[in-house]
Parts: sequence; structure tokens; C-alpha cells
Amino acid sequence: MAGGAFIIFLVLVAAFAPLIVKYLGTPPNEFHYKLLDPAVGGAPKGRFGGMSWDHLMGVEPVNGRDIFSRVVYGARISLLIALLATVLSVVIGTVLGAMAGLFGGWVDAVISRVMDMFLAFPILVFALALAVVFPDKAFGLSGNGLRIALLVFIIGLFNWPYIGRIIRGQTLTLREREFVEAARSLGAKRRYILFSELLPNLVGPILVYATLLIPTNILFEAALSYLGVGVRPPTASWGGMLADATVFYTLPHFMLWPGLAIFGTVLAFNLFGDGLRDALDPKAR
Amino acid sequence: MEVALTKERALRQMRNKRTSVFAALVAIASMGLVSCGDDGGGGDGNGNASDAEFNAALDAVFNESDEAGGTLKFGTAGDWGDSVDPGNTYYGYSWNFARLYSRALVTFKVAPGKASEELVPDLATDLGEASDKGKTWTYHLREGLKFEDGTPITSADVKYAVERSIDKKVLTLGPAYFDNMLNWPEGYRGPYKDPDVNTDSAIETPDELTVVFHLKAPFAGFDYLAQLPQTAPVPKAKDTGAKYKEHVISSGPYKFTTYDAGKQYVLERNDQWSADTDPIRPALPDKITVQLNMNPDDVDNQVISGDLDVDVQGAGAQPAAITKVLQDENLKKWSDNPTLARTWYVSIIPAVKPLDNIDCRKAIMYGVDHTGFQNAFGGPIAGGDIATTMLPPIIPGHQDFDLFPAGDDMTGDLDAAKKALADCGMPDGFETKMAYRNERPKEKATAEAFQQSLSRVGIKLTLQPEPDGTYFSDTCGVPKWTKENGVGLCTNGWGADWNDGFGFESQIFDSRAIRESGNYNMSVNIPEVDQMLDAASNELDKAKREQMWGEIDKRVVQDAVVYPGIYAKGLLLRSRTATNVFVSEAYQMYDYIAMGAGQ
Repeated sequence: MAGGAFIIFLVLVAAFAPLIVKYLGTPPNEFHYKLLDPAVGGAPKGRFGGMSWDHLMGVEPVNGRDIFSRVVYGARISLLIALLATVLSVVIGTVLGAMAGLFGGWVDAVISRVMDMFLAFPILVFALALAVVFPDKAFGLSGNGLRIALLVFIIGLFNWPYIGRIIRGQTLTLREREFVEAARSLGAKRRYILFSELLPNLVGPILVYATLLIPTNILFEAALSYLGVGVRPPTASWGGMLADATVFYTLPHFMLWPGLAIFGTVLAFNLFGDGLRDALDPKAR
Repeated sequence: MEVALTKERALRQMRNKRTSVFAALVAIASMGLVSCGDDGGGGDGNGNASDAEFNAALDAVFNESDEAGGTLKFGTAGDWGDSVDPGNTYYGYSWNFARLYSRALVTFKVAPGKASEELVPDLATDLGEASDKGKTWTYHLREGLKFEDGTPITSADVKYAVERSIDKKVLTLGPAYFDNMLNWPEGYRGPYKDPDVNTDSAIETPDELTVVFHLKAPFAGFDYLAQLPQTAPVPKAKDTGAKYKEHVISSGPYKFTTYDAGKQYVLERNDQWSADTDPIRPALPDKITVQLNMNPDDVDNQVISGDLDVDVQGAGAQPAAITKVLQDENLKKWSDNPTLARTWYVSIIPAVKPLDNIDCRKAIMYGVDHTGFQNAFGGPIAGGDIATTMLPPIIPGHQDFDLFPAGDDMTGDLDAAKKALADCGMPDGFETKMAYRNERPKEKATAEAFQQSLSRVGIKLTLQPEPDGTYFSDTCGVPKWTKENGVGLCTNGWGADWNDGFGFESQIFDSRAIRESGNYNMSVNIPEVDQMLDAASNELDKAKREQMWGEIDKRVVQDAVVYPGIYAKGLLLRSRTATNVFVSEAYQMYDYIAMGAGQ
């Protein structure tokens, strides 16, 4: 419940970021040199990283950008990428997993091996390489739009087997159940069985595992941004903020806020996913 | 390796804990004694905490002592920058460090501050004798010189060392001055590929102790070339080409006893070296260790804690340590803040539209917030002073000028920028891309500051991070790439090979050196400048020559193809225990051959 409440809060924050920042912060890319002390290497003046009513979480060293605004705007990037990637994983995973379970035989063998291949792939290395060699303009997209699409594609494409395997297993047990047998003996087509008999029963596990996949994807997005292949600066993202902050580990406040944001979000989604599983699938308790 | 290190450290801590009670007792007992003995002690290598102050080792010798013995401990983040082979290295710290185990014909004087700029004979008895109007240079070697294996050092070993250094297929990393300037036989490719070619047209050895260099064109500053570690003798019989770095044959006071690639180097005394033949090196420590592949922040922390004496790279502390040190007076007094012969700048590439129009380039010159550039590099202490010229002030010939004044507060002259935009026919601004090295947070901050400040006049920058390792070979250093990708701005920086106008300008201003890839010069393509460079390097009169370097600098900046950012400074962390610590202006880091281990 707490997890769900926090998620709703996060989504609201992301959706109304401009409004929130307008009243509680300053534009996320605006520099504030006056708040820094050049004599100590550009660290913020004042205690706790320059925390004040104007800058609730203090300011970044070097350029004085408002950390609060950047965390709020960073939520947009993190949630957007994680959600879209999850949707992509769920779609591919459900379709292929259900096909494998339903058809069996060589279809199952091929899809299962493909899943194994994807799971064995060193995804982080692949993602790094792909993001570096990717051109600046492609598929009619450019700049950050393209970067986001690329991240969604990479994360989504590599995480579908987790969902796929679960759906395949569920389908395998479901297709032997009486109601499916009954439908089949009445002459129902495979398509009918898939969409009308199986899918409604798969919604539960899909929802649960999608919810559990989101935090994984958030962490993955943060890792990629941290490694410098995320969105282009100056756009704020939590992973990118962490990467900037590690250079200044002696100023812990800089690392604290984006770190807390990631921590809180991942925890909330995990709690929510667990709760959802308990509610939808009492047997798994 | 990481695990082993951690374990070792844990053991050491345990041991320390066990002895700490005793240590405390001893400390209390000796407190009274110390306060009496301290007055007479001075300079006994005990750290001299009382003398420690900010910049104490900048123009004077800190913790002076002639006590020999002990171990001097160096450390470095990552692997050794290029190579410890004197014929195959292009890093300033590597040149500084190489003097511990190799001796070039001449070297920079071992003295603090400005005095270190003077060249003094090392392997040679005197500086070079010029003849034929500066086309021929003669050096005489000292008598009684020996390699670590006891064989005498002759002029043939010096000749061979220079010859091998020009084979850039085998020894790829060193500077190419000898390749280009000596009068080599047509098509000569070095002793590995052309062992039987007579090279007397370039280097003659009339007797065992005389080396004569023949140049293609007069070059007044040849002693600077003789100072390169490439002239340190290499015995032909022991040369193993690219693998020579694994066992460099020492001609200096120390020799390698351990070469554990990527982990550790250990140097110990070379008993064949004699102080009688070497008036320069005090050679105080018995042993020198270099710990490789450390975490950069760990290097700083260990110097602060006293576990390490010197960060061998000498490029200054990491941002984390800088903010920590500058905020604490007790730490700050153990640091030095030298100005470097390096300028951080941004190349404005005229081959990329609309920057082909000088007025559009001028709009950038006026529009950028200069203080933003400085902040990006860490402010006036850690970063450096605001630059309006390319040639840094510590290089003789530097002229002060400010062709594109950025207002009293240096935040940019927006009116002038807007006027330039109007002259360019783009009153509403334009769009271009700015590339920077992804692994360098300071360059990223610079690019962000450019983006912010130029947006004030409508110039819209898209930032493009590029990998550090291929920045010159594949992206910004490739004229075709910048043009095709519309990248009009690239962050850049240049340090002088030695503190002289030629050493700074020749590599980044000469348009004739622009190749298909690998260019440090990304934007300066002015025929007039090429001619001015030729005229200056042929000028034998030092004062006139220096004047000319300044003129060239002005001519380049006038074209608005470079945006000078800051004259770099570094914050060096001073060893807590080492003796004879001072900054050599020639290397802009601690002089490594002067230091003793102390304690």
C-alpha cells in the first residue's frame, strides 16, 4: 500500500514537474555561480551543500544547478524509460511466451533457445557498445528523443525473456486445464483459446512481474546513464547525476538526493509488486 | 589484485591497532623531549610540519636535507601513461621520472621555480655548440660514464638512441622532432628496418665522446631537443625494440629491479653510476617504488595520509580531494598551486557552417561567459586563471592581450555578440554542435557552460560526448568527421612540450601538419601563421624570437578560431615526509630527482 502510494506520488511529481519546479525550485538547467565558492574548487557555499528555501536540496558544485529541480525532472526520464521498456518487454515476452507454451514442439524449442541466448548475453557491454556507435540521427528521431528510444529498446529487448519464461510456464499448465480442454473439444481455434481462454488468466502474473521488472529497469537505466550512455547533458537523469556526484564524493549531499530517489523508487515498486502478487496469486505466498 | 590489496591493508590496520597503545604511550613519553629537541633539529626529515604552508614548495626548497637512504614512494591512477622507455614517451611526468634512471645530453636545472627553466649539461660537458648558422650542433660527453652493466657509455649509444626513436612503427609514442628535423638519408626508417644505412648525414660520432647533429634547417632551440629523454643512451646490444621498456638499461643513479607491468615498478641504486660524473643528481633515496593502477581518489588520500609520497602524474589532485583540502587549513598548507604551461581552450572549427563566417565565430568569442569556463575547471585555484591568449604566461614570449573583451566581470559582452551575429547575417543566432571528452567531467562542465551562456544570444548548442581514447583519432581530430557531423566546437587543451613558444605553438598552429586524422590542431588553418612560425623558428636572436611567438599567438586568436579558456593550474599534494620537495617550473610538478625519502 505504502509502495503504491509512493508510486502515485512519483508519477504525479513527474507529470507536474514544471509546475512543482516553478514554485519550489529554479529551472533545472539554470546556473547559479553566485552560490558557489570558487576558492574551494567550486563547492557550494553554506552548510549541507547550500541547502536553503530557494534550493531545497542544495546546489551542484561547479555550476550551481538546483538539485531539487534536477531530481524532479530526473524522475520523468527514469520513469518514462523504465515504463516504456517494461511495456516492450511485456509485449514481446507475453506473445512469445504464450506461443511457446501453446504450440509446444519446435516452436517452443526455438523460442526457448532464443530466450536462453538473450539471458546469456552480456547486456551491459552490448548496451554500452550500441549506445556509443549509434548515430546521432536515425529513424526520424534525433537528440534526446533518439537516446530515450535507444535506451527503451536496449533495456526492453533484453529483459523480455524473464517475462517470457514465466508466461510460457503458466501457459503450459493452463493449457492442460479442463476449461481449455473443453473449449478445444468444442472446436475452438487456437486464436480463440489464446485470447479468450488463456490471456485473461495470464493477466495476474503479467501485472505482477511487470511491476517487479520496473525497478530492475530503473536501476538499469541509472547504470547506463551513470556510464555516460544515457540522455545527453544537460538533461537531468538520476544515474547521470550520480555519475557527476562521484567526482565530488567529499560533498556527499550531491550524491545523496539522486541516490535516495532511486532507492525510494525501486523499493516502492518492489513493495507494490510483492503486494500485488500476494493479492492476485495467494498460492505463491 | 584488488582483493589482495584490500587484504593487505586490513592486515596492516590490524597490526597498527595492536601497536597503537604502545605508540600512544611512547608519544606521551617523548612529548617533552621533542619540544626541546625541535629547535636544533630543523630539516632532519621529520616532516617539518611547523614550516608547512600553502605554496611553500613553489619557489623554495621545502624540508631541505642531504640525508640519504629510505624509500621514496610514488603512485599513479591507472597504468603508466605511455612507457618508461626513454625513447618512447611523451608525458611530462614520464620525462621528469626518466631522469632517475636515464641521462639525456642536457636537462633542466634542478632548482625551484623559475630557475629550473635553465638548461644545464647532463650527459654532455656543456650545452650544444652551434655552427653553420644553427644547422649543426655538437655535444661532448663526460668521461667515465657507465651503463648499469658496467659497459662504458659512448657517443654511439646516444646516436643509436636517437635513431631508434624515429621508428614510429615500433616506438610509437615519443615526439617526432628528431624524425622531422635531422638530415636523415632519404627514406631512412630507423635501425630496426634499415640497420646498414649510414646515417652520418644526420648524426656523426667523430670519436667516442663527441656527437654531432646535422639539421635540415637551422633551429635555434636545439638544446631543448637534446633535453628530450630520446637522447638518453641505449646500448644497441641490449635493445629489444618495443619490449625495451621491460628492462631499460640505466645510465642514471637508479635501475629497475622490478618491472611488474600494470602493478609495480621498483628501482634501486645503480652501483655503476658515480656522483663524480653527475653534478646534477643528489640521488638520496636508496629505493624508489611506483604503485600502478591505483584508484585516483585513493592516490590523493594516501598522499594526504602519508602512505605515499608523490602522485607521479603530477597533474594535481582530483576534484574530491581539492574541495576537501581547500576547505581545511591544516590540509591546505600541505599543498602547492603551480601554474602550468597548459591552456584549456575550445577549437572553433571554421570548416563547419556557419562558422566559416568570422563574425559568427566572433559572436561565440563575445558571447561565452568566461567565468563559467573557469568554474568548470574548478575555479581560480584548482582550475586556473582566465586566459585571453593561447600562450600561457609562464612561457617566455607570452604577450598580454584581450581581443574580445568579455566585460568587466568577464561574463561575456552580449551586445558585442549580438552585433557580431547581425554582421554574420544571423541576428537570431544559429545552431551547432559541441563535442567533449565523455570521461572528463571538467570538459563536460565546460560544454554545459558554453551551452548555457551562448543560449543568451540565441546560439543553440547540442552537446555531444565522445570517447576520450578516440577523440583525436576518430572524432574531433578528424577534419572530415567534424565537417560531416556539423560539430563546430570541440573542447581542447594543450601543454607545451617544453617552455618555449616553439614547444607550444608548432603542434597546434601549423596548418601544414593537419592530417586525415589524429590532429591536435582542429581549427587553425592560416597560411600567414605557417610563414610566421617558420620565420620564428629560424630566428637565432632569442629576444626577437620570443617577441615573434607572441605575435603569432595574437594573429591566431584574432581569427577567432580558438577560444582560450584558462591557463591551467594544478593543486599538488605535498609529501608529508619527503625531503627537498619543490616544484620545478620546467615540468610544473615536483622535481623527482631532487627528492629524498626522509625518515
